[in-house]
Amino acid sequence: MAKLASELAKTPRKSVSLNMKNDPKITIDIPQCSKGHSSSDKSQLKNNDKSEFLSTAPRGLRKRLIVPRSHSDSESEYSASNSEDDEGVAQEYEEDTNEDILSQKIQAQNREVSAPVFRETPSKKMKREKTSHLVEKYFEAHSSSKVLTSDRTLQKLKRAKLDQQTLHNLLSKVSPSFSAELKQLNQQHEQLFHKWMLQLHLGFNIVLYGLGSKRDLLERFRTTMLQDCIHIVINGFFPGISVKSVLNSVTEVLDHVGTFRSVLDQLEWITNKFKEDSSLELFLLIHNLDSQMLRGDKSQQIIGQLSSLRNIYLIASIDHLNAPLMWDHAKQSLYNWLWYETTTYSHYTEETSYENSLLVKQSGSLPLSSLIHVLRSLTPNARGIFRLLIKYQLDNQDNPSYTGLCFQDFYQQCREAFLVNSDLTLRAQLTEFRDHKLIRTKKGTDGVEYLLIPVDNGILTDFLENEEEEL
Amino acid sequence: MATSSVSKGCFVFKPNFKKRKISVPIEDYFNKGKNASEDSKLRFETYQLIWQQMKSETERLQEELNKNLFDSLVEFLQTSHSGLWKNSKDWSCEIKLREIPTAALVLGVNVTDHDLTLRSLTEVLQNNVTPYVVSLQAKDCPDMKHFLQKLVSQLMDCKVDVQSKEKESVQVIQKNVHYSMDSLSAWYMSVTQKTDPKMPRKKRTSSSQWQSPPVVLILKDMESFTTKVLQDFIIISSQHLHEFPLILIFGIATSPVVIHRLLPHAVSSLLCIELFQSLSCKEHLTTVLDKLLLTTQFPFKLSEKVLQILTNIFLYHDFSIQNFIKGLQLSLLEHFYSQPLSVLCCNLPEAKRRIRFLSANQCENIRRLPSFRRYVEKQSSEKQVALLTSDKFLKEETQSLLENLHVYHKNYFLVLRCLHQFTSSLPKYPLGRQIRELYCMCLEKNIWDSEEYASVLQLLRLLAKDELMAMLQNCFKLFQSSSGKELGNTAKKIEEFLAQFQSLDETKEEEDTSQSQSKGLQKTDLYHLQKSLLEMKELRSTSKRQTKFEVLREQVVSFVDSLVREYLLPPDTQPLHETLYFSSAHTLRQHLNAAPRIALHTALNNPYYYLKNEALRSEEGCIPNVAPDICIAYKLHLECSRLINLVDWSEAFATVVTAAEKMDANSVTSEERNEIIHARFIRAVSELELLGFIKPTKQKTDHVARLTWGGC
Repeated sequence: MAKLASELAKTPRKSVSLNMKNDPKITIDIPQCSKGHSSSDKSQLKNNDKSEFLSTAPRGLRKRLIVPRSHSDSESEYSASNSEDDEGVAQEYEEDTNEDILSQKIQAQNREVSAPVFRETPSKKMKREKTSHLVEKYFEAHSSSKVLTSDRTLQKLKRAKLDQQTLHNLLSKVSPSFSAELKQLNQQHEQLFHKWMLQLHLGFNIVLYGLGSKRDLLERFRTTMLQDCIHIVINGFFPGISVKSVLNSVTEVLDHVGTFRSVLDQLEWITNKFKEDSSLELFLLIHNLDSQMLRGDKSQQIIGQLSSLRNIYLIASIDHLNAPLMWDHAKQSLYNWLWYETTTYSHYTEETSYENSLLVKQSGSLPLSSLIHVLRSLTPNARGIFRLLIKYQLDNQDNPSYTGLCFQDFYQQCREAFLVNSDLTLRAQLTEFRDHKLIRTKKGTDGVEYLLIPVDNGILTDFLENEEEEL
Repeated sequence: MATSSVSKGCFVFKPNFKKRKISVPIEDYFNKGKNASEDSKLRFETYQLIWQQMKSETERLQEELNKNLFDSLVEFLQTSHSGLWKNSKDWSCEIKLREIPTAALVLGVNVTDHDLTLRSLTEVLQNNVTPYVVSLQAKDCPDMKHFLQKLVSQLMDCKVDVQSKEKESVQVIQKNVHYSMDSLSAWYMSVTQKTDPKMPRKKRTSSSQWQSPPVVLILKDMESFTTKVLQDFIIISSQHLHEFPLILIFGIATSPVVIHRLLPHAVSSLLCIELFQSLSCKEHLTTVLDKLLLTTQFPFKLSEKVLQILTNIFLYHDFSIQNFIKGLQLSLLEHFYSQPLSVLCCNLPEAKRRIRFLSANQCENIRRLPSFRRYVEKQSSEKQVALLTSDKFLKEETQSLLENLHVYHKNYFLVLRCLHQFTSSLPKYPLGRQIRELYCMCLEKNIWDSEEYASVLQLLRLLAKDELMAMLQNCFKLFQSSSGKELGNTAKKIEEFLAQFQSLDETKEEEDTSQSQSKGLQKTDLYHLQKSLLEMKELRSTSKRQTKFEVLREQVVSFVDSLVREYLLPPDTQPLHETLYFSSAHTLRQHLNAAPRIALHTALNNPYYYLKNEALRSEEGCIPNVAPDICIAYKLHLECSRLINLVDWSEAFATVVTAAEKMDANSVTSEERNEIIHARFIRAVSELELLGFIKPTKQKTDHVARLTWGGC
């Protein structure tokens, strides 16, 4: 049916069947692991060959043979890294690039060191080919600046725009599938609660990963285990969150009155407080530690330092594909993580409910309604001014180098339309727009102010249509 | 939910004060998790005891290993400083006066361990050289102002330690002081002059010999400091050096070249740099392993797989001893948490005592151990019955088995070290250069079945006398130092071998002379000559095999071989080994070296892996159309290249989902159903965005950009 879908979808003909072949790459990794084995076996084998040879060889030859030792040594170390992955199904995938380099090195060395016994080469070559294939795929995807996709847009579809509420209503009608299995999954995770508490107390911090929202799970953890402890829940996905607010809530727990000069000062104060009073205990639950607002280097450093305090117990969840890249070794040792995989398949309802996390195009109704609301509260003249600006912007929407309407021109136009009578009144109006974030001003290279409405053109068109209907 | 709001992101929960006081002891978490919690309290206590011992042991080791480095550092500081002050009339010292003595401390790439090293260094310096030791980190000093501010405040703190009386005045100063080098040196003058006549510091006799102790500034992570701050600070402080005796210590993770990369010549010429190299972390690991695992001091042991994982994380990921210790702690915890019989994982007398108090349930646990079952099967039928029915008999037997296990370990490590002596210097290191590699191999299987071992024996048969003797000597020392009785005669035997080798020298000479005598040539005809030559050749080849040295060497090799075969049995052949060995490598890897991307991919690509529903079972690479929405959306997005048209994507999605729903009874009107499907699509797409697979783009209307590439 995927085939059917893609046929209907008219995506460029990178047919499904082709993909079907490529996708199992990861699952195929099991044989790849055995490859890892075989390569190490092989190196051992080779070593043996050589040493046997060595033992029978006369003395002079022995000396010569010792020379390539360093090569084969390092080689056997590399292959050890391969065989390390004998269990995890596709563990290698993550370190793929790394190992690819390694494997290539190994191969290079093999060629250098010894000619005999190349029984295993095909598998190795395959691996190499596979990786080069992957690399090619990257360049294939990024080489041409032109991407062939159809030009259809959502605007032509009638149902394209949904606001948060209707979306929610619609989704509530969907009956959840696999509820029995999901429940079982959740129960498995819940059995770990006691262990988590134990490990938290012993100085580890816990990070949860895996597909699906871990919010409910952590919430259950909170309600079952933490009722009698001081704890702070932090919604990392909340758009207004910052490290400052995290620290503030910690100081709130510690009954601090007053302010701090800087975040570092605050951190120091907290550290001292916890060092002084060893009976203090604090649980930090952070949903989405990898969210936009918290993923910055400095934020992570500070949260890491918080979590490294002995009496602060941190349990966090991460969702982003590349979340572990946030942490270098120093930070990881601050966090002292224990990883737990908790795949729940629950929907990220709360996490994606904030406006900025949805694709704006699909939820354009919100800006539109707010636009209408604000404009209604303005004087007719002000509305006229704004409409002028909209029209000008729409006229120029095909011009890629359009930077905005120059203030002087705008003034001229407004005067001609009898909307303002002086430079000052226009500026006063603009200030009001700016306060509502309806326009943005930019200084051009020539020092002249340019005015721009930071709203999608499609919405502006809708707005104009709306206005005309009303008139 | 109590924790969702559109206006705030942090929620503080503070239970009543009274309630909070009744905190649950940690042990409770230890036993509640498992249903069959036998002796959990005892187990937890044992865990804590062993962990404390291991921890203090590693700390002690660390100190020991760093001692050399610290000693030389302290010496450097003392000489450089005293030279600075004593004979300042010398012209060379005049020049030196402008140079800040600097120790560049190359600590290696294992950044996580640096903190520990530097902390103990600070302690050492404070005890031996000067009370004024300040350490700064790059992240605290983004600019000169913060740099000085930190420096001053830490210095003041140092002083407060010395004289707590002036605490108030210091605090006043801290607020008012305009941080500058001038004020700093003024402060220094006032402090040293005040304290000098009184000589209040009694314990620091060594430091009181100078009129004024130097100020040592440690820059923990030299590489990450901004160049400008460093340069400015060095230039300024070199101006003030005569009144503010500063000594710098750079903590360097990469290589000393970085100093010159960070500082231009004009600045680095103001420094008088001496290089110090800390111990390599590999050696560090070897010592830690040696003292924690290759010893009978701690009953807890790791199985081959676990050890392999821990060393691999160390060697291929971070070189961090701290992380290695963390892994060790985790495996210790897991062992005591998951294995009820880990109660017996303590020293022998205590374990014997505990056996007596084992419950019936625990006895059953013992009987269920695979290693024990194998042991029972080998016994006579009466004994089998007794072992399986009588708890009392079982306990007695367990005691003796545990004792055997301890003896086994004692011998094991001795012989292992002995074997390591022989193998560690062979060409090409067939059994590894480090003892941990050898240990891993021996844990895995019978070492003598491996081909490497065979080659080792062959290589040993080629050794020269002096090499062999040196090895034997080392082994002799090893055996002598141990008090074990079982291997007592082994030491004697090695001694005999040594004596024989020594006596070999004289006999060999005699042999040579006797041989040369017999070689006297007689006049004969061609036939006889040929015959005698052939005879001689034969004689020579046979005699070569039979020289006394070779015979002896052969004996030594077979002796070593017999030792190995007798004592280096892999631990899983021993009954009750489960009580001491932690073998769940899988959990360890999961928690320490997790792969979130793989988990995501598997969940999206093969939902059957998690949701064991037959409807989800499918061939590799395909996905059933009833799968969760996000899986379908993910699968469809894999087909696209860099950009994805949302309309096409949504239509493809709708097709797939509709196909799936047609199997069910279709009750809703098609328009509404379409809307619902679209909503589901929107949800799936925004979830994929949250996961980081796609992002909105402005390159083309209604398109999103893919952030991953390839079909996976």
